[in-house]
Amino acid sequence: MIGFPILSLITFLPVLGMILILFIPKEQPKTVKYLSLAITGVQVVLAIILLANYNYNLAGVFEEKSFQFIEKFTWINITGLTWLGTVKIDYFLGIDGISMPMVLLTAIISFIACISSWTITKSVKGYFALFLLLDTGMMGVFVALDFFLFYIFWEIMLLPMYFLIGIWGGPRKEYAAIKFFIYTLFGSIFILLVMIGLYFSTTETLADGSKILTFNMLAMMNPANSTADGILSILNPNNLRFIAYIALFAGFAIKIPMFPFHTWLPDAHVEAPTPISVILAGVLLKMGTYGILRFNYPIFPEITRDLMWWIGMFGMVNIIYGALVALAQKDFKKLIAYSSVSHMGYVLLGMASLTTTGINGAIFQMFNHGTITAMLFLIVGVIYDRAHTRGLYDFGGLASQMPVYTGFVTVAFFAAIGLPGMSGFISEALVFVGAFGVETTRVLAIISTLGILLGAGYMLWTFQRIFFGPLNEKWAAMTDVDKRELSMLIPLSVIIIFLGVYPSGVLDIMNTSVNTLVNLVVNGL
Amino acid sequence: MSESLIINLSVAILFLPLLGFTVVVLLGKRFPKLYLFEVGIISIAFILSLIVMFAKLSYYPNNIVAQFTWITMGSAPSAGSFNIDLGISIDNITVMMLFVVNLISLLVHLFSIEYMHGDKRYTRYFSYLGIFTFSMLGIVLTNNLLMMYIFWELVGLSSYLLIGFWFEKKSAADASKKAFIVNRIGDIGMFIGILILFANYQTFTFDAIYAQIEAGNMPFGDSAWLTAAGILIFLGAVGKSAQFPLHVWLPDAMEGPTPVSALIHAATMVAAGVYLVTRIFVMLTADAMLTIAVVGAFTSFVAATIALTQNDIKKVLAYSTVSQLGYMVMSLGVGAYAFAFFHLVTHAFFKACMFLGSGSVIHAMHHEQDIRNMGGLKKKMPITYYTFLISTLAISGVPLTSGFLSKDGILAGTLAFGKLTGHWLIPLMAFTVAGMTAFYMFRLVLLTFHGEPRDHHKYDHAHESPKLMVAPLVILAALSVFIWYTPNPIAADSGWVLSSWIKTPTQVVPNETRFDFMKPDAAFETNSGQHAESHGTITHSTLYTETMHWAHYKAMFASLAVAGLGILLAFAFYFWKKLNADKLAEKIKPLYNFSLNKWYLDEVYDATAVNGTLNSGKGFSWFDQKIVDGAVNGSAYVTRVVSKISGWFDTYVVDGFVNFTALLSGFVGLLFRKLQTGKVQTYVAFVVFAVIVLLLLFKPF
Repeated sequence: MIGFPILSLITFLPVLGMILILFIPKEQPKTVKYLSLAITGVQVVLAIILLANYNYNLAGVFEEKSFQFIEKFTWINITGLTWLGTVKIDYFLGIDGISMPMVLLTAIISFIACISSWTITKSVKGYFALFLLLDTGMMGVFVALDFFLFYIFWEIMLLPMYFLIGIWGGPRKEYAAIKFFIYTLFGSIFILLVMIGLYFSTTETLADGSKILTFNMLAMMNPANSTADGILSILNPNNLRFIAYIALFAGFAIKIPMFPFHTWLPDAHVEAPTPISVILAGVLLKMGTYGILRFNYPIFPEITRDLMWWIGMFGMVNIIYGALVALAQKDFKKLIAYSSVSHMGYVLLGMASLTTTGINGAIFQMFNHGTITAMLFLIVGVIYDRAHTRGLYDFGGLASQMPVYTGFVTVAFFAAIGLPGMSGFISEALVFVGAFGVETTRVLAIISTLGILLGAGYMLWTFQRIFFGPLNEKWAAMTDVDKRELSMLIPLSVIIIFLGVYPSGVLDIMNTSVNTLVNLVVNGL
Repeated sequence: MSESLIINLSVAILFLPLLGFTVVVLLGKRFPKLYLFEVGIISIAFILSLIVMFAKLSYYPNNIVAQFTWITMGSAPSAGSFNIDLGISIDNITVMMLFVVNLISLLVHLFSIEYMHGDKRYTRYFSYLGIFTFSMLGIVLTNNLLMMYIFWELVGLSSYLLIGFWFEKKSAADASKKAFIVNRIGDIGMFIGILILFANYQTFTFDAIYAQIEAGNMPFGDSAWLTAAGILIFLGAVGKSAQFPLHVWLPDAMEGPTPVSALIHAATMVAAGVYLVTRIFVMLTADAMLTIAVVGAFTSFVAATIALTQNDIKKVLAYSTVSQLGYMVMSLGVGAYAFAFFHLVTHAFFKACMFLGSGSVIHAMHHEQDIRNMGGLKKKMPITYYTFLISTLAISGVPLTSGFLSKDGILAGTLAFGKLTGHWLIPLMAFTVAGMTAFYMFRLVLLTFHGEPRDHHKYDHAHESPKLMVAPLVILAALSVFIWYTPNPIAADSGWVLSSWIKTPTQVVPNETRFDFMKPDAAFETNSGQHAESHGTITHSTLYTETMHWAHYKAMFASLAVAGLGILLAFAFYFWKKLNADKLAEKIKPLYNFSLNKWYLDEVYDATAVNGTLNSGKGFSWFDQKIVDGAVNGSAYVTRVVSKISGWFDTYVVDGFVNFTALLSGFVGLLFRKLQTGKVQTYVAFVVFAVIVLLLLFKPF
């Protein structure tokens, strides 16, 4: 183990940076930028330290002692409220194989988004302060092991995101920001209600042997901790647990986003500045599926088993519906946004299979979608910065004008199509192997393979419209990618290809935990 | 030479072209001479593959396998874990393919040095050839279905890049996209087929899967699933080897540079589908084989009818490629495994020769491809002409050529199949196609090289191509002669290729799902060594051996007859001009148009699948905006309306009540203010009055 509270550091370092930024005079935007870059850079280093010290054989999932880098102490302790008993909320952080890849992803994407933010000129100080706050929120979501703490991080993210879209966004930024905010808040309410319900159904045994109610999410996973009369207790035979499951699922599904809750996404993406789109697609969407795996699956295993087919069905709809709608888009960024809807469908499909293969594929797909789609949004940003348009029909022939750029686009596009040799292929293949191997989801998997075809369709068509054909003379002065853009595109390409050739780099991290999770859900604790 | 050396050399052969690609694609811009590095790399790979081929064929009768674990994964909810392995397997077919692929790749590299000279993306072109060769060799060497699929997609990528190499042309960009997407349709089938096998056997490795099938372990407990898996994996070949109905991408792929057409779209990549079927041959049930035979026969027929009327030199060759690939596929379907692979090899040489020859012509004619504007080139380009003629004789099945040997075997196979199963339509189609092939190929030769030049301007500027371009033609034409394959020009089985190099594997599917002739009988089991001696190992049972024997001479004479007829007709139309092709075309106009317009398949696909998908995309997009997002915005609107109503309610009712209360209390206050006089006497009077009232109320006394 490491001698310092590394998870707290990686989570709250950005807030520290934010406070420092507030003391930097407005006239020094450079200082603000470099400070943010340093902070996110240190975060990447910390994430690598975490990975280097990570024990691949410990499962985590439901068992406190096999979580790693744990930090736990009492945070809020109110005694003497007679009818409630003692209210005790822990500050409880820790990671396992499900969160480790997400922590890594968050660190990488934040760093790259920070480089991408270099072009921001409007109130730089405010932008980077909010950016760092957002960073803390994201990291916190993935390391929190107390539901209450998780919820706080979940809500912290909303505020900076709202302003980042609403102030630094495109022409319809207010509409998009409000839509994002209200939609997500709407989902949060469901999560909040279920959280409170679970609190009143779960007890924790203190050191002195007394039992108190708890927000500890690991305690919630163990039926032995259920109170006999708790509203969502597994011992309490009513339909409330089912309703709670749906509510919680819906709360997370909005974030994924799952059809039919996805329409905030294209608007948010189209209006958001490039770095925010990168973060949104790269990290925020993963929180939805992460939440389902962290809460719905282990806390309500019996309902998860019953709803396998439905989860897979929604995954299939996401895959095909998202791809078909993407096919009809005329705006490059909107097309990528809908492709995200399609690609997140694979995550749902893999999760639905309830096999290690499928869920490994799903989490790996979360990671890969994070890197690939981040790259795609950076690519959109590159031409938008130069041409100030994103219309797919406004371009043509850029391949001869910007050969280096086209090379990176080729990597990103074919990664998105799921070409072998790139990371996306492995995760999609594992999802299909998992979902096909189980009778419940077999037909869904077969239908979903259409998504592979449609994906090739819209991606290659886009490629042709922008890069092939004679050069549109309007862009004859367009320059190829510069060093700053290369510094974002190269690392992402390297990650994508490296994990395509050596997928075990990420798969081995999650394998033990996913195996444990599947056993927990299918066979019970 | 030890086994491990062979493995190491094979791995080196595989990765050398990847090295070439990486170096050239990254540094090619700075060092334009780097294309020579790529050419050098391929030369080394070719020499190594030659060494590996002879070492393997001479000293190692058994397969050489090497594999490693790529991914290890738990398998909850059931206990334990499983591995996903990658590896290579080297058998006779593998080393022959290594040789063919590397040789043609090398020749195409050499040819391209001149042909592509002056192109603005010259080095980029060579790097693409490198990644193609790498991917193709991966397909050849794999010992498992997953790696097959991986490299399968990678050749798709390199094909995409090379077809669209001149992407400034819309037609080239369209063709590359079409090729990739049409291939993906087949690949999805292949992927599902692989999933069926993996879901049941938890492995992708060929041998492990076949061992399980042989042990009677059916997928999902039913041999119907085995048939399904076979047909689905074959769908991958339908895409890549351009079989009906997915063949439409290949003729369009001629938009790529001509040497690419020779390498990828004639000799190697398109043959990958056939190679795939040879790999899964042992797990094909009778139903699957019949399906494959029918698809192959029909493909070869459709393509041949189209090739009859095409006027673009490369289009004729493209359809002839489709037709010949159909032959190979059909051959596998009817059980003539060895001849299918043999034809793959011979076809690779003579078709590459023809494509490079057409490249030589196109180069000389300044990118003229319409044969109606050619003619008389024989005098200007003798080497191109004679090499082209030799390969044309080979594809037409004229004796003394390699094509005669392999085609004859395939035809005999179909004839035997007809006799054994009663499916006579397949040999009928096969012989018809043989006649048509001879006709359209000689039509091409006569229109291009003989007669009077029809475009004098271009003719006058035409000249024989430089040495670096004609040398590959000569080598390939030489390889189209029988002597490399057998000492006896009319009996392929007595040659070393068929008698000892290509070994027909034994089926692993349950007996009751095989064709009768593929059930090994007792006599065959005991005498198999002897049979192998006299008929090679092209056989499955005594019954089959006898029937092949019966079919051999019949097929040979029949094929000579139809080929002779085809050649004769071509001469009658285009050389002696005894018959007028234009008048005939006028007479059978609907048929002629049907052929000229490629059975209208592109139009049908555009109208149905393509537009259907695009329109449903538009429809869903509308649905998304108006209905789904409409519901979101609608609920926002409803919320706003409700909030307005409650705002009104708040202002006028709730707040009204509050204000009313305030008003009321103000009024009351007004009343009581009168009492606040400030005079102590009045207050005292009130107090006394109040005390009296209280006393009266509570009556304490």
